[in-house]
Amino acid sequence: MNKKKVISLVVRYSVYGLVALFFFWAIRNHYFDYIFTESTTFWHLVKQHLQLVLVSSVLALLIAIPGGILVTRKPFRRAEWVVSNTVNLGQTIPSLAVLALMISILGIGFQTAVFALFIYSLLPMYRNTVAGIDSIDENLIDAARGMGMKPIQILLRIELPNAAYSILAGVRTAIVLNIGTAALAYVVGGGGLGVWIFTGIQLFDNGYLISGAIPVTLLAIFVDYLLRLLERLIVPEGSKPPQEL
Amino acid sequence: MITFDKTTKTYEGNVTAVKGVDFTVEKGEIVVLLGPSGCGKTTLLRMVNRLESISDGKITIDGQDSMSLNQTALRRKIGYVIQSNGLFPNMTIEENTMIVPDLLGWSKKDKKERFQKLMEMIGLSGEKFGKRYPHELSGGQQQRIGVIRALAADPPVMLMDEPFGALDPIIREKIQDEFLQIQKEVKKTILFVSHDIDEAIKMADKIVLLRGGELMQYDTPSEMLVRPKNEFVREFFGKDRAIKSLSLHTIQDLQEMIGLAEFDDAIADTKTINVNHDLRNTLSMLLNQEADQVIVSDDDGNKLGAITIDIVQKYLHYEIKAKPAPVLEGV
Repeated sequence: MNKKKVISLVVRYSVYGLVALFFFWAIRNHYFDYIFTESTTFWHLVKQHLQLVLVSSVLALLIAIPGGILVTRKPFRRAEWVVSNTVNLGQTIPSLAVLALMISILGIGFQTAVFALFIYSLLPMYRNTVAGIDSIDENLIDAARGMGMKPIQILLRIELPNAAYSILAGVRTAIVLNIGTAALAYVVGGGGLGVWIFTGIQLFDNGYLISGAIPVTLLAIFVDYLLRLLERLIVPEGSKPPQEL
Repeated sequence: MITFDKTTKTYEGNVTAVKGVDFTVEKGEIVVLLGPSGCGKTTLLRMVNRLESISDGKITIDGQDSMSLNQTALRRKIGYVIQSNGLFPNMTIEENTMIVPDLLGWSKKDKKERFQKLMEMIGLSGEKFGKRYPHELSGGQQQRIGVIRALAADPPVMLMDEPFGALDPIIREKIQDEFLQIQKEVKKTILFVSHDIDEAIKMADKIVLLRGGELMQYDTPSEMLVRPKNEFVREFFGKDRAIKSLSLHTIQDLQEMIGLAEFDDAIADTKTINVNHDLRNTLSMLLNQEADQVIVSDDDGNKLGAITIDIVQKYLHYEIKAKPAPVLEGV
């Protein structure tokens, strides 16, 4: 036990040390300067990045969660196999390929990037919704029916509250991935912080690269934290997994 | 009152789970559906609140055909308890217990009062447990909550599907006793599924013994033990059915029928036993040679007489061989 603790402490503080070292190195070399010298462009790119993530995530949310609920209803159970595999297929296509394909249909720009990100967010959200609802003990549904709950009451009072943890975990995964993937939007002219990252790569300019990449990372960590807080608020006390503190 | 009238359940592919079963559960009685697994007892139970459809025949509840009633309304006036307690993890104990009253639109005040009353019934503090979640309770406590949840809206009829099956033997016995005590007060019409013979003998006013979806015998536990109708019933209750039947009789029954022996004050190694003790436990005590003389006393401690293995044997002989079969009403 004690040995484990020591190891975990050593690992944790080494990582902290490396991160601190990285920032020290970056600041020393003035790699973050573009954020301040070109602050108008920077905030414009951040805004674009957030718009990409927000629009695509909300769209995915509106499709994936109701979709997941629908295929777990009895009359649509048979469709689950088809739907799940179609969504899985969407995930297997490499992101760059999706972008390239979409250019030929939607052209270049914001809408193409949003569409690609939307496709990417569908799977984690959909799959966690289905898994969350499926994981509910069959006996609970039986008890609910036996007590005279209507299907809609079972969904709202039993299924969704008890699947909430899983569904929200899917949403969190999808959005955090989305923040990272949105950097690729630059490739199809969708803007966002990817503009600086790719500029940095093309010009071998660490300043642009880091001024673009680090804000994306921090954004992902920050959003992840916010969504965890939301999770704590939404998931009912009794349905939280026991190890959560 | 629940009446089964040639009730039949056939699944797709011509598998018949329940074959033309006829019997009546009288008001305020506990009828235990007993039988080996796959005999259709759970299916039969679930047909009452229409969790399973009825293929043929009918089930009437207080004279009304169950198919003529609205399914949701029907279920809300039938209490339903299942083995795995079925408590909803996302709801507190109070919310869980008050689900049916809530569905029926009771006022907040009525629900609160009812909850306190139900918790009193099972000897748990409503204040202390009301805001807790199911996973914070022990298995026995959870099952008790499952039982009072079914009683919440005071339904006339209750269906219990192996309600105590998942509990350890000591807790199970305790909750069985507690439930019989509650039943004395509430007098519900209860259909109870069990695969445990001892539980059935203990809980039942009458037992329905099923095999392969067919009704083998419908009788009081003592009749079934003493006068099995066919070979299956005889075998099902086993070779020790005479001993099992003793748990249905008390020393008092024996005393009224054949009287006790004189006791001898000169014997020093003596044990005293209450007259309300059942004969099965009494017999075990006698066989264990716990004392040279076992004296029977009443609640006030007056010595009524002594009991011996011979007397129990004599009583058993009378019960099984000499006593004329009583006429059962409703069969």
